[in-house]
Amino acid sequence: MNWFVRTKEKIFSGVRKQIPDGIWQKCPKCGEVIYFKELDKNARVCTKCSYHFRIYSEDYLELLADNGLFAEFNIAISSEDPLKFRIPKRYTDSIQTAKRKTGLNEAVRTAELTIQSIPVVVAAMDFRFIGGSMGSAVGEKIARAADRALKRNIPLIIISASGGARMQEGVLSLMQMAKTSARLSLLAEKGLPYISVLTDPTTGGVSASYAMLGDINIAEPGALIGFAGQRVIKQTIGQDLPNGFQRSEFLLEKGLIDLICDRRQLKSTIYKFLQFNYA
Amino acid sequence: MAKIILDFEKKIYDLEARIGELKTSSELSGYSVDAEVESLSQKLNELIRETFSNLSRWQRVQLARHPDRPYTLDYIQRIITDWVELHGDRQFGDDKSIIGGIGLLDGMGVMIIGHQKGRNVKENMKRNYGMPHPEGYRKALRLMKMAEKLKKPVITIIDTPGAYPGIEAEERGQSEAIARNLLEMSRLRTPVINMVIGEGASGGALGIGIGDRLLMLENTWYSVISPEGCASILLRDASKAKEAAEAMRVTAQDMLELGVADRIIEEPLGGAHRHYDETALRVRQVLSEELKQLTRLSTEELLKRRYKKIAAIGVYSE
Ligand SMILES: [Zn+2]
Repeated sequence: MNWFVRTKEKIFSGVRKQIPDGIWQKCPKCGEVIYFKELDKNARVCTKCSYHFRIYSEDYLELLADNGLFAEFNIAISSEDPLKFRIPKRYTDSIQTAKRKTGLNEAVRTAELTIQSIPVVVAAMDFRFIGGSMGSAVGEKIARAADRALKRNIPLIIISASGGARMQEGVLSLMQMAKTSARLSLLAEKGLPYISVLTDPTTGGVSASYAMLGDINIAEPGALIGFAGQRVIKQTIGQDLPNGFQRSEFLLEKGLIDLICDRRQLKSTIYKFLQFNYA
Repeated sequence: MAKIILDFEKKIYDLEARIGELKTSSELSGYSVDAEVESLSQKLNELIRETFSNLSRWQRVQLARHPDRPYTLDYIQRIITDWVELHGDRQFGDDKSIIGGIGLLDGMGVMIIGHQKGRNVKENMKRNYGMPHPEGYRKALRLMKMAEKLKKPVITIIDTPGAYPGIEAEERGQSEAIARNLLEMSRLRTPVINMVIGEGASGGALGIGIGDRLLMLENTWYSVISPEGCASILLRDASKAKEAAEAMRVTAQDMLELGVADRIIEEPLGGAHRHYDETALRVRQVLSEELKQLTRLSTEELLKRRYKKIAAIGVYSE
């Protein structure tokens, strides 16, 4: 088991690695110029307009974990290239590039950690790794995270960030939707809570499997969440899409998610649900 | 309606036409052309055999989409007796791109659920080209739960270009509807057979596609995205669908090799679209046989096997 220890001052170190130059960032929504240091202290939420910048797997794990401490498991699980996929480039090359760029083996991290001393299993997807797409390795890691929760008899949290199933694995990636959803049914039968956190973006095969199956579905503000891609919908219906279509606020209005939660309150909100479960 | 002929079928239809002409002219003239007809017919059989034993993946995709191909109701008419269609999801409406109902297969009560395409523009207005909205998946689930309660096996028939990508479909929770079906079908306490008769496109297909056995007709395809969709995203050109079909390995034979499909149902030579009755007969025999085996298992054993089958799919290293 690999333990990662973070000090409180370096909560969002993973993100900082992404942006080596400059000491400030401009908010794409309100234009405010914010120092990284300020942004990091604020869970990478704009200090002026609350725009949520993207954060990644280790950031979410640190954000939720007591003292930023989590024990990652199944780190070695990694993609193969069962189809010998070559268009437009070798899938194996895409995997290698993603690994080098992110330091990850796959588009999801799975870990055990505690939230206000309540042990949980958390799977956090990572959009940097081939768009957070789900292939066999992601499916297997999610499935085993569910197994871990079952074995430990503790709740499961999945934080989604994904463009959908990974085309380069063809039907095998489609079948990961089945694999992960089937595993969640075991949790349901054992009465274990499953919390789904939907972040920007959660679309396609991930939204049409575990991301929408939470006992509670929590979305970050302004996240793109939906089944079909906007370009495909536009082409099919031949008209423009309404403002805010497929955003968290739209889904809340349509009754598809339980609540929208500011990232700065994510941990305390999840804690309330865990506390409710054990109270 | 004019007959639709695929490129690679053209020679076959030309030869058939020549044989037909020969016969007609012989009837008019009184001259016997038996010998020539006999020789051409042999040539025709060879041509069909040759064409259909060397189909590329893309050609199979085209056959799977052939507008004359038998659809779900064509099979139901031929293999199910005392069919009663059941409508609606009890919440929003009745999606006519997924049909469901009860009937007897060789005397056994079964619940049948399948995508339904239309044969012409008018029918397709009603059927939405076999592209379901959430209420279609919810109707399917309602009927599956009924089958579970009444201890009857479920047969799902898959033939869709995809779940419908539209504003209302999203508003009503396309993702949730499909996801819910995946979870519920994985633990449905009755035998479930899934059979692909044409197109198996992505979540739209999988939404009624989880069960104990996945059967595929010979000339069908199944994948995570349509070849056009894959080509348009990865190659920025939807017209390169042929390459995408090859790259994604989408045929029934591929599914068997990848451990996704359990059995291929061979189509009569020339394809299902030329032989409705013969194809349906084969489908009936296979379904009957498969159901007999599944119904012998205890529910616990059935679910254990289904769970293992789903869990085993995928290729990764560790
Ligand atoms: Zn801002």
